[in-house]
Amino acid sequence: MDLTSLYTDIVFEHDKRPLHAGLREPFAAEVHHVNPTCGDEITLRLQLEGEGEQARVADLSYDATGCAMSRASASIMADLLIGRTVAEIEPIAAHMEQVMHARGKETGDEDVIGDAVALTGAAKFPNRVKCVLMSWKAYQAALLETRVLGER
Amino acid sequence: MDEQTTRGYDVEAVRADFPILQRRLDEDTPLIYLDSGATSQRPRQVIDAEVDFLTRDNAAVKRGAHRLAEAATDAYEGARETIARFIGAPSAEELVFTKNATEALNLVAYSLGQGEASTPEHLRVGPGDEILVTEMEHHANLVPWQELARRTGATLRWIPLADDFTLDLTDLDSLLTERTKVLAVSHQSNVLGTLTPIRRLAEAAHAVGALVVLDACQSVPHMPIDLATLGVDFAAFSGHKMLGPTGIGVLWGRAELLAAMPPFLTGGSMIEVVTMEGTTFAEPPARFEAGTPMVSQAVGLAAACDYLGALGMENVAAHERALTTRAIEGLRELPGVRVIGPDAGPDRAGAVAFDLAGRHPHDVGQVLDSRGVEVRVGHHCAWPLHRRYGLHGTTRASFSVYTTEAEVDALVEGMGAVIDFFARFDR
Repeated sequence: MDLTSLYTDIVFEHDKRPLHAGLREPFAAEVHHVNPTCGDEITLRLQLEGEGEQARVADLSYDATGCAMSRASASIMADLLIGRTVAEIEPIAAHMEQVMHARGKETGDEDVIGDAVALTGAAKFPNRVKCVLMSWKAYQAALLETRVLGER
Repeated sequence: MDEQTTRGYDVEAVRADFPILQRRLDEDTPLIYLDSGATSQRPRQVIDAEVDFLTRDNAAVKRGAHRLAEAATDAYEGARETIARFIGAPSAEELVFTKNATEALNLVAYSLGQGEASTPEHLRVGPGDEILVTEMEHHANLVPWQELARRTGATLRWIPLADDFTLDLTDLDSLLTERTKVLAVSHQSNVLGTLTPIRRLAEAAHAVGALVVLDACQSVPHMPIDLATLGVDFAAFSGHKMLGPTGIGVLWGRAELLAAMPPFLTGGSMIEVVTMEGTTFAEPPARFEAGTPMVSQAVGLAAACDYLGALGMENVAAHERALTTRAIEGLRELPGVRVIGPDAGPDRAGAVAFDLAGRHPHDVGQVLDSRGVEVRVGHHCAWPLHRRYGLHGTTRASFSVYTTEAEVDALVEGMGAVIDFFARFDR
């Protein structure tokens, strides 16, 4: 079994020195997500500027406990999303989800998901997919909670 | 000296009975199965017993006058008697088959919460009553009691864990009072391996008139059990952790208690007389076995009891105790590894959980798996226990009749490799 496809240097870099970590103010929404099978947890705060799809992520802060994959995923995601608009993020999140559910058949487009391609090795390990996607689900839940897109 | 000559226990002969142990995970990787605490593997004798039943005698039990139905009913009730003998139950009628141990515990919790006036007071939990559990419980022996408390207005209390990974009984007298209706406790922690002082606890509970419910999932597969002398009122265990099939659990309860308890699930097979206006219920165990039961699984579980009985549970316990000691001693030598459980000795059995400093158990388990070492990672359905020790999860190795010293050594070597693997990123 090829462990190096899972534990890349990029994963460990983010695990050791996570970007944008820690909970900050101000924030428009805060969510807490748990992976009940392993007990991994993330608290994620989202601060937006502007309205609707053009609202921009002014800050995304988080406190994550979990495996290297889940912590690296939160770090990479925060770095990827901060400064982008909700509209810009939508295809990034969609691509991430698609690749993670492709059972390792897709490697992911670095132009779209940046460092997160380093996480796509986990797609070959079905029980690790949730580790990677937990932070992304938390972002999406936080976005809904801000109601910047209205009630939907 | 090998194990056979030291203890008269021929683990290689045992292994030859378990077809799955011959498989490889991939070309270079033999299976080193150290997750028997989650589910154990099944010997050919258990698999064959189910196949023989299905190819000879399969029919719905306890209905129909045809010969096949009679053969199936005999097999089902014969299995009940075999299993009852194996655990020292005074009577087979005291054994209720459920889909798993979780359902068995829920059965008791639900029935005690029915609150019918016709039910004797000691079998009715209501407002002002207390339910006592422990901080080490598996969720299966915690959540049903939380829910019973919530439904009935009773109060849930718990015996805390001590720093030495045993139950802290300092305040037992104030926790176990006249208000306590039920004490629900594990025989052996599925994480720590700690054996609870069940006789002492049962005596204390009975002194205040409380019922004692034992989660025996981790003890029945691993040590001699004589329920008649253990002093408890109910015990629950599962088939699949003791070399038997999934889809079957067992609730044992004292005959006079079961006889006075209202049913859990209702429907066919559990009735006495049914009219459009109402129904009277069958005597136990039928009262608690609504619907068509799992017959081939009962036959398989009886075969598992026969298999374990032939090995001798004293021998099984000694075998696993030696493995536990070996694992603890090996793991302790490794830098950053901390065993989460008592020292090797008579008060603990074969679940060995551990923590590797700075590394999440998921990552540890992934690297071990790459070497064929299959362990459990996470909170093992005992989240409050992990929280008590400031842990998000642990890595757990657990053993069974077929586990070898070489496999324990592979775990220890594997942990050495885990440490090396992650060290190269910590430069």
